[in-house]
Parts: sequence; structure tokens; C-alpha cells
Amino acid sequence: MKVLITGISGALGREVALTLDAAGHEVSGLDVRPWHDAPKTVALHRVDLRKRAAEDVFRHFRPEAVIHMATVTAFVASPDERDRINLGGTRAVFEYARAHGVKHVVFVGRHTFYGASSDLPLFHREDEPPMGISAFPELADLVAADLYAGSELWRYPELCTTVLRVCYTLGPRGHGTLAGYLRGRHVPTVFGFDPLFQFMHENDVAHAIGATLKARPRGVFNVAGPPALPLSVIIKQTGRKRAMLPDFAFEAMVGRFGLPALPVGAVEHIKYPVVVDPKAFNDATDFIARYDEVKTLAEFRQAFPV
Amino acid sequence: MFTHTFGHNGSVFRSLSQEARERVERLELPFGPYGVDPFGVSKRHLAQFFTTLGLFYRHYLTVVREGIHHVPSRGRVMLIGNHSGGVALDGAMVLASLFFDREPPRLAQGMAEKFIHKTPVMSSWACRTGQLTGLPEHAERLLAAERALLVFPEGARGTAKLYKQRDSLVEFGTGFMRLAMKMRTPIVPFAFVGGGEAIPTIANLYGLGKRFGVPYLPVTPYLFPIPLPVKVGLFYGPPMHFEGTGNEDDAHVQVMVEGVKEKIRALIHLGREVLT
Repeated sequence: MKVLITGISGALGREVALTLDAAGHEVSGLDVRPWHDAPKTVALHRVDLRKRAAEDVFRHFRPEAVIHMATVTAFVASPDERDRINLGGTRAVFEYARAHGVKHVVFVGRHTFYGASSDLPLFHREDEPPMGISAFPELADLVAADLYAGSELWRYPELCTTVLRVCYTLGPRGHGTLAGYLRGRHVPTVFGFDPLFQFMHENDVAHAIGATLKARPRGVFNVAGPPALPLSVIIKQTGRKRAMLPDFAFEAMVGRFGLPALPVGAVEHIKYPVVVDPKAFNDATDFIARYDEVKTLAEFRQAFPV
Repeated sequence: MFTHTFGHNGSVFRSLSQEARERVERLELPFGPYGVDPFGVSKRHLAQFFTTLGLFYRHYLTVVREGIHHVPSRGRVMLIGNHSGGVALDGAMVLASLFFDREPPRLAQGMAEKFIHKTPVMSSWACRTGQLTGLPEHAERLLAAERALLVFPEGARGTAKLYKQRDSLVEFGTGFMRLAMKMRTPIVPFAFVGGGEAIPTIANLYGLGKRFGVPYLPVTPYLFPIPLPVKVGLFYGPPMHFEGTGNEDDAHVQVMVEGVKEKIRALIHLGREVLT
């Protein structure tokens, strides 16, 4: 199958590209960033998604499926950039897909869509609304992109759209929000709170996306691997130490004293869990995670010792 | 008192700690490789929690218990009872009773007030001991996972009972009955008697409580709501089964709710006779 991946040069994009390439798909990718050691069988187009050159790739490559991974978080981009990339880029992908005969678009979103709060249910299902935007406004553009992608399901029913809400990733590539948060020797936590964190191995995310292409399920799906673990266990098993900060001082102290910088709203996600129920996805695609929590944590620890 | 409770050189504490660890190992919960189940319940935290609770249950309070055999050994069940005592003494005694007196031991999982999960330390301990926020989604998931769900249909109104109201029952909500019918779950009614004597609340300070982020602060003749070492009782009744979908109209459900309430009232009556 001809598959186009947006955001292919990111750590997860590369993993997905390599997995699909190895599975015999014809893979092409869009990204403004380079991928120097990309396999020769993977064509990389260094163009901005919202420019005409990107549409030309759709026009000439004629992909059957598009995996849209070119989204960014508040950890790496300013609000203007996030709006431009997350919303403008997602809109462009669906416009090009419709114009150039794409059969299946997979939007790779995040499980943080649901938000974190003390009075939200522990296991989120796909039919729940996003409840965390007021506490974590930096998530708004990603939530809007997720909802926009989901609206394609009724606006263009002839196009198969799959929206994936993937939990945190962890593994030797060190990709993603959780990996960045755990990178240092001391991990800032909020005193008296120890939420469950849900993560899956980077390879399993690529495997899950491969399963999505194969099964082509229409709709919105949570994607997760092994059961969630308390943050304290994750920190301990990756060889880190907790830096327990009181709630009132958290905002002032992160980003200093060797602690990672975090958006203001992220504190809610360090106090309360965001755990998703992946049953619908597993049923629709027969996906089974290959990496358990022990192996995933061990590989991250080995790749990023402190 | 100290020697009676903790024994010489802490021997009682050590023996309880060992028993709690052994019983935690026998809980039929799907703990993962780090001793944590999918709901976040932790073996290590349970052992510490039940060691402390065991001191109150076995050595500080005198707990008369009857009918624990009515709680099924495994499978979903709803434990429905009355509130008694100004703080969560009632719930704690049910947890202790299922853990220490049931073979194999079971973990009762309550529906915690929302403020608990907003409060530092209480939040993490409630999570690790399986006491989730009181939400219908949590109740359904726990029952679907074949757990023992502990529900007080009187809600916060029930915990605010004063000493003179200690054996009374306030209005029951209907949510528990709808849940039992929807999830096809037996209800084991129980009565906790003596909580009013253990924590003799003479007033509840609602205004001050709000300033501390809790619904109210109970006040006793000796000021703080610390339990007194008195005799209390826990009385379980036979399981009750109700047919339905959970979508029936209020009048229909209310009749069944009253049936459970009457059973609990009778158990309170029985308990009061046994205690005196």
C-alpha cells in the first residue's frame, strides 16, 4: 500500500516509517526537518505541510493512506506555531486527501485530550468530551485538531477517517512528553499526589498504527498498552528520584534547579491520572501490545541512564 | 493503653504487619509485576494501611461482628449500609472486616468524597488503597471487574449525624439500586452500630470546613473527632437480589430502596440489642 506519513522525521514518525517499510508498504513522508539516515526505500519530502509543494506530493505520489503525525505540543512550540501546525496542518491534510483520492486518513492524537482532574473518571472512553482545557489551555489546539479530524467522519463519510488517541510513549528513542519529563535525574512531582500514568513502547505505537492501516476502522479510538502505573513507580524503575514540590511552589520551581520546564497547566496532569480504555481499538484491530511495562521501562532506563 | 495496644517492644504491631502482608498476598486481585492492579491499588500501600487499621479494629476498638459469611467469597457485590460516626469510621471498619475476617480476604472499595482526591497525601493513599472518587463510571467498572463495592446511600448527609441521631437513617439515594439492577449485582445490607459513641459529634462546623476544603468539621465534647475506645458492631444481612434494568421510574425504584433501608434499620436494631 502507498502510505504517506506527515511528521516523518520525528522519533515516532521514523519508527512508524521503518515498521511500515519493513512490512512491505511503499512509504513516503513529509517534514520540514531532515532525516539523514532514512532508508533509500522511504522518500522524504522536506516541505511545509501547508504549502503547495506538499499538495504536489499528494498529487504525484497518490497515497492510499495518510498517517498524520505532524502535530506539536506546548513543550516544543509557541502558541502561534501550534495553531499553525496543529490546526492549519490538519486542515490541509484532509483537504489534500479529499482532493487526491486518499482512501484512509489516520490522525495520530494524544490521550491527554480528556484532561486531568480529581473528579474525572479513571478510565476514559472515546465518547467523553475534553474536560481539561480550562485547567490546561496549552492543550486547546491539539484538542481542536482532534475534534476537527473527528468531524471528517460526518462531513466526508466516503473518506475513512481514524482518530487515534495514543497514550504516552516510552522507550529507547526517548520520544514524547513523558520521556522528556523523565529525562533528568530528578523528576518534579506534586507533594501528596501520585497519579497513574499510562504509557506504551514506541515500537508498539508503530505496530498499532500498522494494525490501523490493516483493519481500517472508522471512528475515534483510544490506544494503550500495558496497565497504567503510579508515577512514583515509573520514576523509581527508570532510576530517577522524585523531587516532591508543594502544589503552591510547583509553578515557580519547575524549569529551575535542573528540573524540566513544564507548561503551567501541566501540573494537573502530574496530580491526577489520564488513563484511557483501549478496548474498542483492540477489538477493532486485534492489536496486542508486544512490550510489557517492565521491558518498556528497562529499555528507557538503559537508553537514558542518569 | 499504649502497652495494651502496641504490645511490649511493638510485638502486636509486628505481628499485625506480618498478617497484613500475608493477607494482601491472598487478595484475589490482578496485581502486576510492580504489585499494582489496573485501578492503581498497591500491595505495599495496602499492607501498611491494613496494619494501621488492624490496630484500631483488633486492639483499640472492641468490634462485635456478625454475618460476615453473607459477603460472597468472590464476584461482584455491593455492600450497602448506614453511616455512623462523624468521620469514615464506618467504612474503615467494613474494609477491616472483609480483610481480616473473610476467607479469602477481600478488598472493599468505597466511593470516596470528591474532596479526598483533591487533598495532598489523602489523594495518593485513597488511590493506592482502591478508594476511588464517587462516580457512577467508577462503580460500574469496579463491579464489571468483580470487586466488592462499598456504598453509603445516605451520602455526606449521613456522616453529618449528631450523637443524638446516631441510630437514625436519613434519605437514601436511588443510584445504588439502579446500579445494582443494571450490573446484576447482589446487595449485602449491613449496619454499623456504635459510631456515634466512638465519635460523639455534638456539632458540625460547615463554614470552617469549607475553608479547609472539606464539607464540614465535626466537633466532639473533647473538641477533635478522634475515636474513643468503645464497643462498636458490624452486622451483615443475607444478600438481596433485584431484577430490572436500572432505567425504571423513580417510584418503582424507591420501593426497592425502601426494602433495603428497612433491612438496614432492622440490622441496626439487632446491633443495638447485641451491643447492650
